[in-house]
Amino acid sequence: MSTSLERREALKDNEILWYERMLEIREFEKRTNELFASGEIRGTTHLCVGQEALAVGLATVLEPEDVIAATYRSHGIALAFGLTSHSTMAEIMGKATGCAGGVGGSMHMCDKSIGLLPTSAIIGGGMPVAAGAALAFQIQNKPQVAVAFFGDAATNIGAFHESLNLAAIWKLPVVFVIDNNVYGEYSRINLTTPIEDLHLRAASYDMPSIKVDGMDIYAVQEAMTQAVDGARRGEGPTLVEAKTYRFSGHSRADQALYRPAGELEMWQKKDPILLTEQALTKKGLLSEAKILDMKAAMVEFIDQAINQARLDPEPGLEQMFENIYTAAKASNA
Amino acid sequence: MRFRQAIVAAMTDEMKADESVIFFGEDVAAAEGPFKTSEGLLENFGPVRVRDTPISEMAFTGAAVGAAMMGMRPVIEIMFMEFLGVALDQLVTEGAKMHYLSKGEFSVPMVVRASCGSGLGFGSQHSQTLENWVAATPGLKVVQPSDPQSAYSLLRAAIQDNNPVMFLEPRILYAERGEVDTNLKMEIGRARVLQEGSDVTVVSLGNMVSVARKAIKDSGLSAELIDLATLVPWDRAAILESVKKTGRLIVVEESPWSGGWGSEIVSFITTELFSDLKSAPMRITAPDVPVPFNGTLEARYVPTSEDVSAAITEIVTNNKVLQPWWIQKGLNR
Repeated sequence: MSTSLERREALKDNEILWYERMLEIREFEKRTNELFASGEIRGTTHLCVGQEALAVGLATVLEPEDVIAATYRSHGIALAFGLTSHSTMAEIMGKATGCAGGVGGSMHMCDKSIGLLPTSAIIGGGMPVAAGAALAFQIQNKPQVAVAFFGDAATNIGAFHESLNLAAIWKLPVVFVIDNNVYGEYSRINLTTPIEDLHLRAASYDMPSIKVDGMDIYAVQEAMTQAVDGARRGEGPTLVEAKTYRFSGHSRADQALYRPAGELEMWQKKDPILLTEQALTKKGLLSEAKILDMKAAMVEFIDQAINQARLDPEPGLEQMFENIYTAAKASNA
Repeated sequence: MRFRQAIVAAMTDEMKADESVIFFGEDVAAAEGPFKTSEGLLENFGPVRVRDTPISEMAFTGAAVGAAMMGMRPVIEIMFMEFLGVALDQLVTEGAKMHYLSKGEFSVPMVVRASCGSGLGFGSQHSQTLENWVAATPGLKVVQPSDPQSAYSLLRAAIQDNNPVMFLEPRILYAERGEVDTNLKMEIGRARVLQEGSDVTVVSLGNMVSVARKAIKDSGLSAELIDLATLVPWDRAAILESVKKTGRLIVVEESPWSGGWGSEIVSFITTELFSDLKSAPMRITAPDVPVPFNGTLEARYVPTSEDVSAAITEIVTNNKVLQPWWIQKGLNR
C-alpha cells in the first residue's frame, strides 16, 4: 500500500491520475454521506462534492514540502494531497488507524509528510497559522510556500483581514485561496456579503488577486502556479478566488432547501469531473469504456477502504491521554 | 535587576543561545515595548528576529502558532492580557490542539507573554488577571512569575519548552528590584517554597506573593509561603506535602471570588486531606466586580496584607476562617 507521500508524488504530470483522484474524492464523499445517513458514523461531516478540481488542482501545483492550512470541509483536500482513503475513512470512523488516531474525526485531517497541517474546524482559524508558517519559511530562507484554504464566508471574519494585512506588510510566501462555493453554512453569499467577487478584497492590502473557475482543474493549476511561483520568488502573497459550488448541504443535517430552483442543476452542468472527462477524452487519454472501468474500479476501491476501516481497532483509553504535551525541549535547554 | 530587566535578560540570553527564537508584538521592536520589556532586543538581534506587528493580536498570535510548527520558537507580547480576548481562538483552539490533532507530529514551541493585573489605575479593561481564560485548556501551560528571579528563570524555561506557554507578567511588578542569578534554573510545574513554616500553608501567585510574605511577617506566626509559579500544570505534590504538615491552607488570589484558580487548590486539598485538616481551607480573593479605577477602590479591590494577616491569625489561633471583607461589611452577596 502506498504512503501519503507516494500518492502525492504520483500525481506529478499524470493527468489520468488527476482524474482518478477526483473520482476517488467523489466516491469517498458519496459513501461517507451514506455511512452518516445510516448511522454507522457519528458526529458531523462536511462534504466537498463538486469541488474536486480545486482540491486536486492545488495538490498538483504545490510541492510536498509546502504546507496547507485547510478547513473542516477537507476530505477532498486530504485525499488530493495524498492521505489514503483508508486513513481518512478510519479517522472519520474514529479508529486507531485514522490520520489523527481517531481523536480528530471528520473535521480534523492531518499528515505532516504531505504538508497537511491539522485542519481547523473554526472559520478563519487556519489563516493566521498559514501566515506564520510562511513567516518561518521566509526567516529560514527556505523556498517553501504556505497555503491558507478557506470558504467564501471566511472572508467576513477578522482573521481573514488581519492575516492578509500581516502577510502583505511582511511580504510572506503565502497564498490565500478562497473556495467560493456560494454558501456560508446555510446562507447564500449575497445575503451576508456586499460583493460577489471576493478576490477584490485584496485591493485593501495592495495584494495581487486572481479569479479562477474552480470547476476547471487546468484553470486552477494555471492560477495557482502563478500565485505560488510569485510567493516562491519572494514577491509576497496572492489572494486566489476559485468559483466553485457545493453540490451538497453544509453538513450532514442540511438538505439545502434554501437553494434557488435550478441553481444546482446549472452548476452540475459544470461538474468538474465531467469537464475533466471531456478534456481528457479530447486529448485521447480517456474513452467512454475507460471511464466506466475507472468508475467501477473506484467503487470497489472505496468499498475496500471502508471495509478495512470497519475492521480496524478502536483507540484504547490511553490514546485520549497521548500527545497533549510533548516532553521534548529546545536543544539549548 | 528590575523585573522588566529580568524579562529582557531572559529574552537576550535565549535569543543568543538559539537562533530560532524570534520575537514580535505591538511596539516591541523600535519602541522597545510600552513597559520597556524589550530594551535592546532590536538593536542586538535585528529586524528579522525582532518585529513590530500591526495591532492584530489574532494574526500575530496565529502567526506564532504557524511559525512554531515550522521550526521557529516565537515569543509574542500581548500588551495587556485583555487583548488576548480577540486572539483566544488562535491560542486555545488552534495552538493548543495541534500536537493532539496531529498524533504528535507537530509541536508548537511558542510563548505568549502578557502583562496582567491591577494596581496602576488602568481601569476595568486593562487591569484584570484573567488566568482562568487559559487555565482550563489542556495543551497549554500557564506560568506566572512573582519576582525578578522567577521572571528570568521561568521565561527561559518557557522559551525552551516545546509546548505553547502562556507567560503572565503582573504589570505592577515590572519596576520591582531583586537579585537575579542567571545560572539558576527553574522548572515549569514546580512550586517554590519561599519560606518554611509549621502552622499554615499560604499559597499565592504573582503579585500576591509579596502581599502574603508581608502578611506572614506581620502576623508573627509560623506560616509556610508557597509561590505556585505554574498554574498549568500546577504542583499538586508540593501543596499536598505542605498542608499535610501544617493542617491549614490559605490561598491568596488577585482574581475575582468566583471561578478562580484557588478553588482548584482548595478542592483538591479538601478531597485529599479532609480528615487531617485542622480547619476549613480558605481563599482570599478580589470581589466579583470589575476592577474599579478610583485609587482607593482599586487598592481595596485586591487582597491586602492586612486581609491575609488577619486570616492567618484567625485560622492558626481559632481554626476558623474569616468571611471576605465585602461580606463582613454587608456590601455584596
